[in-house]
Amino acid sequence: GALGGSVAAQESLEPNTWEEITSYNNFYEFGTGKSDPSDNAGDMVTDGWEITIDGMVDNPGTFSLTDLTADMTMEERLYRFRCVEAWSMVIPWNGFELADLLNKAGVQSGATHVAFETAVLPDVMPGVRQRVIDFPYVEGLRLDEAMHPLTIMATGVYDRPLANQSGAPIRLVVPWKYGFKSIKSIVRITLTDEQPKTSWNDINAREYGFYSNVNPEVDHPRWSQASERVIGGGLFSARQDTLMFNGYPEVASLYDGMDLSIEF
Amino acid sequence: MSKFIDRINQLARKVPTWVVYLLLTLPVALLLFQLVSGGLGVDPAKRFEHETGELSLKLIVLGLAITPLRKFLKLNLFKFRRAVGVMSFVYVSVHLFAWVLIDMNLRWAQMYEDIWKRPYITIGMFAFVLMIPLAVTSNNLSLRKMGAATWRKLHKLVYPIAVLGGVHYIMVQKVWETEPMVYLAVILALLATRIKWAPKARTAPGV
Repeated sequence: GALGGSVAAQESLEPNTWEEITSYNNFYEFGTGKSDPSDNAGDMVTDGWEITIDGMVDNPGTFSLTDLTADMTMEERLYRFRCVEAWSMVIPWNGFELADLLNKAGVQSGATHVAFETAVLPDVMPGVRQRVIDFPYVEGLRLDEAMHPLTIMATGVYDRPLANQSGAPIRLVVPWKYGFKSIKSIVRITLTDEQPKTSWNDINAREYGFYSNVNPEVDHPRWSQASERVIGGGLFSARQDTLMFNGYPEVASLYDGMDLSIEF
Repeated sequence: MSKFIDRINQLARKVPTWVVYLLLTLPVALLLFQLVSGGLGVDPAKRFEHETGELSLKLIVLGLAITPLRKFLKLNLFKFRRAVGVMSFVYVSVHLFAWVLIDMNLRWAQMYEDIWKRPYITIGMFAFVLMIPLAVTSNNLSLRKMGAATWRKLHKLVYPIAVLGGVHYIMVQKVWETEPMVYLAVILALLATRIKWAPKARTAPGV
């Protein structure tokens, strides 16, 4: 898609394989290991999925995913995906702009933030049963971040429906932020006038900020963010420099006047 | 049970230590083979780093278990203590080289910064440095030259090393994971068996 990052940057991106994308995941509902999600997510049923849209919207309600996405414009977006753990992939998402969905819901004036919530299905989610973190997993964006044309709701990869471990049937993708912001298997979207609680920030506020923009100059206490290992790269050459906003400089204006080392 | 232990003790007397060195080399050999043949999954560098680190910690735990096993179960594996200790150093070295070479790809400046700025790396590196004198003196000549008492004192360094290793493993995780905490608990329990409770009781009058 023409909007999927700068065109020059897109051309040089080499997507990871389906196998890589679907066998190396963080999805704590299914366990904390990288292969736990692919091992354990198979039993999640995504047929008949419903999403509740509520809060400060003109058209609140609970909608079937099919109805909700029926009139959305589907596109492919080839995006970098940068995990806070300092590894990265390139993923060919299929999805639509979140802004289209929010416009359909009718955002009321005064709303400033969007909150998201992941499904909690203890019967099929071993990580939920073990309570490895507090569930439901929640995330949030400022409204202008949510409305940015780079921000999409993804329903597929490589023109196939999302694998369960990738956040089926629908997930957020915010390519200039660390991966944990791109919340998976969404069941609720809430428009609000305050900054919503976000899971990792709640677990450890010193390590994970609300914004969590990819920023090579602001270190995570645990990992330097100056560089990243490219999954699928060679053993001796996989590490590359991390780009500001993960290589999406067009979002910089969203943060004009903010000190990103404080609001990290 | 005691018959079973007797049989192991008999077997241990017969097995030469080089067999143990060889056996303990097999896991790292297999990992290296998998690393070059693509058998370590999507993120081979991380997997290799993790496996060698965990194996090294396992050997440290095994080394710490040898004394209590003899004390409480009369199981005598003393002969293999040096092999286990030396191999734990080999594994921790491979773990470190993996970080330098296939994880960090020789980014020296960033590594230098990480060693000072990331507490879990600082702790891991400190534990590695503490292991060097133990590895260097793990031979009969050093033992003779230093004298048994001094040598034993030096090698008590393995106690803080084990704790640092366990803490390093816990800190690598993003959340409180069970497995690393079990390692640290076992390490602390093995160290607790060495505490001499109320040593003065023996000399108390009337005993």
